Amino acid sequence: MGAGHAHRLYWAADSPVHRLPAHCKLVAVLAFVLLVVATPATAYAAFLGYAVLLTAVAAAARVPPALLLRRLLIEVPFVAFALALPFVAGGDRTEVLGMSLSVSGLHGAWNVLAKGTLGVAASVLLAATTQVWALLIALQRLRVPTLLVQIASFMIRYSDVVVQEMARMRIARESRGFTARGPRSWKVLATSAGALFIRTYERGERVHLAMVSRGHTGSMPVLDQQPAGRAAWGTAVTLPAAALALCLLGWWTR
Amino acid sequence: MTGAPRGGQLPPSLEVSGLAFAYPDGHQALFGVDLVVRRGERVALLGPNGAGKTTLVLHLNGILTGGRGQVRVGGVPVDAEHLREVRQRVGIVFQDPDDQLFMPTVRQDVAFGPANCGLDGEELRTRVERALAQVGMAEFADRPPHHLSFGQRRRVAVATVLAMEPEILVLDEPSSNLDPASRRELAEVLDALDVTVLMVTHDLPYALQLCPRAVVLSGGTVVADGPTRELLCDEALMRQHRLELPFGFDPRSVRV
Repeated sequence: MGAGHAHRLYWAADSPVHRLPAHCKLVAVLAFVLLVVATPATAYAAFLGYAVLLTAVAAAARVPPALLLRRLLIEVPFVAFALALPFVAGGDRTEVLGMSLSVSGLHGAWNVLAKGTLGVAASVLLAATTQVWALLIALQRLRVPTLLVQIASFMIRYSDVVVQEMARMRIARESRGFTARGPRSWKVLATSAGALFIRTYERGERVHLAMVSRGHTGSMPVLDQQPAGRAAWGTAVTLPAAALALCLLGWWTR
Repeated sequence: MTGAPRGGQLPPSLEVSGLAFAYPDGHQALFGVDLVVRRGERVALLGPNGAGKTTLVLHLNGILTGGRGQVRVGGVPVDAEHLREVRQRVGIVFQDPDDQLFMPTVRQDVAFGPANCGLDGEELRTRVERALAQVGMAEFADRPPHHLSFGQRRRVAVATVLAMEPEILVLDEPSSNLDPASRRELAEVLDALDVTVLMVTHDLPYALQLCPRAVVLSGGTVVADGPTRELLCDEALMRQHRLELPFGFDPRSVRV
């Protein structure tokens, strides 16, 4: 891997959304998702409003719509279940295009689909406008337990290293004429997984050794203390504030 | 600073006396090692695989302890009581930079050591910037380490240790896996540093290029100690301890 790549999910651009401190964005997205989930499923106008809000954020962040839509595909395995609901749920039934569907199932499917899509879209926007390391610092700043942040940070740092190691092992296996086919190859694959585990474990020990050599005693030093200004919070809070209005409206007109 | 005498002659950067060590499984790796590295010296530690080089290095900052003998760094004994000070004074650059660089950005990684020593704010920032400038990586401060080339990562690993302003810099195989250009760049960086260096290496031309003095460790003891060129020209010594020059390399013909 050469120099200068950001993380795959990051969409490099210079926009007001990119410039916002990561912890403000994180709080805004979390609040937005909670409000979306708290909205009654039948408040269709509110969901339309949420979608408009996210579109506005995407436009402000200069994230191309095509990119956003493509990344929404990650949702597909989860919504497959939602699509099955109208066929399998009980209760009153209705005719759509000659098929007998459950009314409560249709509502359930809509509920999962709408809320899921909005939540994923908000997360995709957060990931596209925020560097991974900035998110880690944001978690630290939001007082998420240090141990959890450390685990996440090591996972992100070393996942590439482990994946590359795995790829090298696969190439080395295949170079000696191995093809993974059928149960007979399972033994080889299991041994490879074991070897990979031991290598990773040993790397963990070496990393720890290097940390101890630089005076590590168990706690991570807190670096990069840049408090977010009132203006940043003011901008960030726009999204959840608008969402709150929509959510209340949804309950009101139910 | 505790332990270091004031005025008069400064104690040597590193003093190893009678160091012997056996691993818990009974394998004895060191049989009484004596070594003195004076302030500002650059010394190469040579020796075949299994000679005890890594074991010796891990004694220098107290990762391994419990054998016989003593290690002193700038006059400070390496023991449980002085561990914190010793780890600040001995900067070890490990062989695989991926083991050493684990923070999300280069800047944070370089700040890790000095922050552990209690630095913060403006002082910490200048330390980090100076260390990165020393290895020519200042403009990469906000990159994640795993997006750098191998040579760049090695140089950042050196910076993570320089930022602690160590008394002695210990490099474990600094030239391994580097392409010739990265190798030369690292040599330029190391050559420009004003710090005591102990360089563990199999790369004999690199040792000759950077270190006026060399020590050969073999079978857990120091078997030779002298000017690097003289040792490399001593064919009997070289053969006896499995040290081999690259094909076509004649240490007599090289100007350092």
